[in-house]
Amino acid sequence: MNQTAVEPKIRTGKKLSRQATQLISTAIALLALVVVFTLSNPNFISMMNILNILKQASPIIIIAIGQTFVLITAGIDLSIGSVIACSGIVAAICMRAGWPVLIAILIGLLFGVAVGAINGLLIVYGKLPPFIATMGTMTTVRGLALFLTQGIPIGNLPKGFTQIGTQRTWNIPNQVFIMVILALIFGFILAKTKTGRYTYAMGSNYEATRLSGVNVNRTLITVYMFSGFLAAWAGMIMTANVISAAPTAGDGYEMDAVASSVIGGASTLGGEGLIPGTVLGALVIATLRNGLNLSGASPFIQKIIIGIVIITAVFIDRFRRND
Amino acid sequence: MSEYLAQLLDISKSFPGVKALDHVNFDLRPGEVHALVGENGSGKSTLVKILSGVYTKDEGTILINGEETVFPNPRAAQDKGICIIHQELNLCRHLSIAENMYLGREPKKILFLDQKKQIEDAQAILDRLNVDLDPTTRVGDLTVSKQQMVEIGKAISTNARIIIMDEPTSALTVKEIDELFTIINVLKREGHGIIYISHRLEELAAIADRVTIIRDGQHIATLNYEDTDQEAIIRYMVGRELKEKFPRVPTNPGKTIFEVKNLSAGRAVKDVSFSVREGEILGIAGLMGAGRTETIRAIFGADPKDGGQVFLHGKEISIHRPLEAIETGVFCVPEDRKKDGLCISMPVYQNVTLPNMEMVTDRGVVNTAKEVAMASATINELSIRTPGVGQTVKNLSGGNQQKVVVGKWLVKPAKVILFDEPTRGIDVGAKVDIYNLMNELKKQGIGVVFVSSELPEILGMADRIVVMCEGRVTADLDASEANQEVIMQYATQYM
Ligand SMILES: Nc1ncnc2c1ncn2[C@@H]1O[C@H](COP(=O)(O)OP(=O)(O)OP(=O)(O)O)[C@@H](O)[C@H]1O
Ligand SMILES: [Mg+2]
Repeated sequence: MNQTAVEPKIRTGKKLSRQATQLISTAIALLALVVVFTLSNPNFISMMNILNILKQASPIIIIAIGQTFVLITAGIDLSIGSVIACSGIVAAICMRAGWPVLIAILIGLLFGVAVGAINGLLIVYGKLPPFIATMGTMTTVRGLALFLTQGIPIGNLPKGFTQIGTQRTWNIPNQVFIMVILALIFGFILAKTKTGRYTYAMGSNYEATRLSGVNVNRTLITVYMFSGFLAAWAGMIMTANVISAAPTAGDGYEMDAVASSVIGGASTLGGEGLIPGTVLGALVIATLRNGLNLSGASPFIQKIIIGIVIITAVFIDRFRRND
Repeated sequence: MSEYLAQLLDISKSFPGVKALDHVNFDLRPGEVHALVGENGSGKSTLVKILSGVYTKDEGTILINGEETVFPNPRAAQDKGICIIHQELNLCRHLSIAENMYLGREPKKILFLDQKKQIEDAQAILDRLNVDLDPTTRVGDLTVSKQQMVEIGKAISTNARIIIMDEPTSALTVKEIDELFTIINVLKREGHGIIYISHRLEELAAIADRVTIIRDGQHIATLNYEDTDQEAIIRYMVGRELKEKFPRVPTNPGKTIFEVKNLSAGRAVKDVSFSVREGEILGIAGLMGAGRTETIRAIFGADPKDGGQVFLHGKEISIHRPLEAIETGVFCVPEDRKKDGLCISMPVYQNVTLPNMEMVTDRGVVNTAKEVAMASATINELSIRTPGVGQTVKNLSGGNQQKVVVGKWLVKPAKVILFDEPTRGIDVGAKVDIYNLMNELKKQGIGVVFVSSELPEILGMADRIVVMCEGRVTADLDASEANQEVIMQYATQYM
């Protein structure tokens, strides 16, 4: 997350790095939305509503972080939505079998990591394009979720678990804490560690990175494991929040994750993306949804508007880049 | 009608942190080859990009046929008969020659493409250039030099009067260069004006009518080629006398460091054996397509090996991936900097540190200060011209990008370095720096393998020369037995 703090010390010859301008413009867009919605409905800016937005945004932010890693490598992870559902179900089954909550969560998270590892292995050793590999696991894992539950949500979860999604600490929803911690950890990994650097390098030029002696196979598999891990966290939060594990949960969330990353400056061509940008991008989408809801816009209209916002954001970025 | 096809007057251009051009003058007459030379980063590419509408000038005037003109984009320049052939060719590999030539301006019959006319027109142009090619051939199946011919054909098919060639010969063999010069002479006779950028100054004697030298973005001189010579041009370029073009140091070869036995890989490498001794530079010569790059790649583990053994200090080593090669101390400076050498969208310092991350990280965490220090040292050592370590590599001049590719492998200790065309696109002065570096490595007892298509530098620097032809080693010569003729004879043995 410190990338922008470090960058100015390294003379680029430019006034501001591209990444910094991207962050600033996403922040301005978010601010503009807040102003517009506040003017149209003063309740929008209430503490309660802001916390509400953050709470709603938390799972999207978490999965978007994983998707950002994947996008930077010039890949895509379509299995995220299915992993959200199935990891929640796996944890729920463990809990209903009477296992301790912590162990159940751990197994749910491991499930996500395992799906990520399978994605990575299919891409690295099976030589499948990421789109195809993760589309395959998307369907398979969704099928698994339906099979395990026979299509019926699993309820009756222990309180020790559901409080992750329903309780507050210091008046702040618990999932917001989890989101912030994960964002800090993975923001640090991307901006400040070897793994993060290799992630960017692979997306910028895979062959040159391989010829530089980077273990590209391992790094790529790791990146998909990150994505699976984060999707499983979103699964835990969402399951806890609605107090039941539904096999249809998270449907279509992978696209929200792509949208957040792209609004925040990630490129689907690889090599570009920042965690702070992605967090802002997810907040843009969450704010838009919330604000439109408050002003009574229908869900159909919301879809139209969000679609247009995504296209505009990418378009503006392309335009500026050609400059 | 003006005497000049084009005049560039007092042109200036700045990029953030760099004044690339500072009141430069340049002009071009019909039927002449006007060479543009200067050190890496002196502004040559920038100047011709301004003339071809890729960049817009900050100051100055462009006159085309005596008329003041502005080019907001490349299309506008094309409409005025200006065509640029970039060093990185811009053809679509999966399309045919004819389709490439007429891309975006295909002849049409009512609504449909007129395939027949397109092929006929393309054939007429190839005939005019005396190039023996079938216009329906896929461009991806052609050699680089033939692709370049297609680019030139494309240029004249647009009726371009001004043809700009930015380092056209850096990837060509001697014979292909001759073919290119023949075509350039055809173009000259037809009254085209040609701007020719090259770091191979010896070529200028064959084609240049005038030569303009720029240094640090400033116009230094414009001379008739017949009134000058290579030494004078170099003096103007680097601003000092260049003592030796090939600073060879005497050798006293010791024991064998590195040995390759009966290596085969794919179709391009057949039963290749050679060895490198302590204290010598081993040159590998051959024509384009002789399998030299494929040999290097197979040794390095970039491509799979089908058979053979590799020995380092007498012990057999098995390398399946570049990662393993690097761990054993075998490094490779690849031939194609854009494809294999650089993460072009990343800053200079991150490119330098990429193969050396373990030296700038503590338990996986990157230490930016160490990175910057490492990159700064490399920038100083190779005099890489950049406004800072954070500059995106894409924004460096071609030669300076090449120096980054070389520099990233000089940081950590090596046992053997495989250099594949390390001086491609590098100016005369900087070439000497790289030769000196190789000398330094050889003194330290590091095995140096030096692949090059430029015979003079192989002859000038290598202590022993292995010649390859059609994937096989055809000769293993001592520098004292080698000369241009002998090498060419072995390089074409099976042809
Ligand atoms: N798009 C750009 N952004 C920033 N700086 C640039 C850009 N293009 C060129 N420069 C800078 O302008 C200067 C001149 O570059 P140019 O490419 O014209 O050099 P050149 O003479 O063609 O060198 P070479 O022989 O290495 O190809 C260099 O310092 C380079 O770093
Ligand atoms: Mg250049």
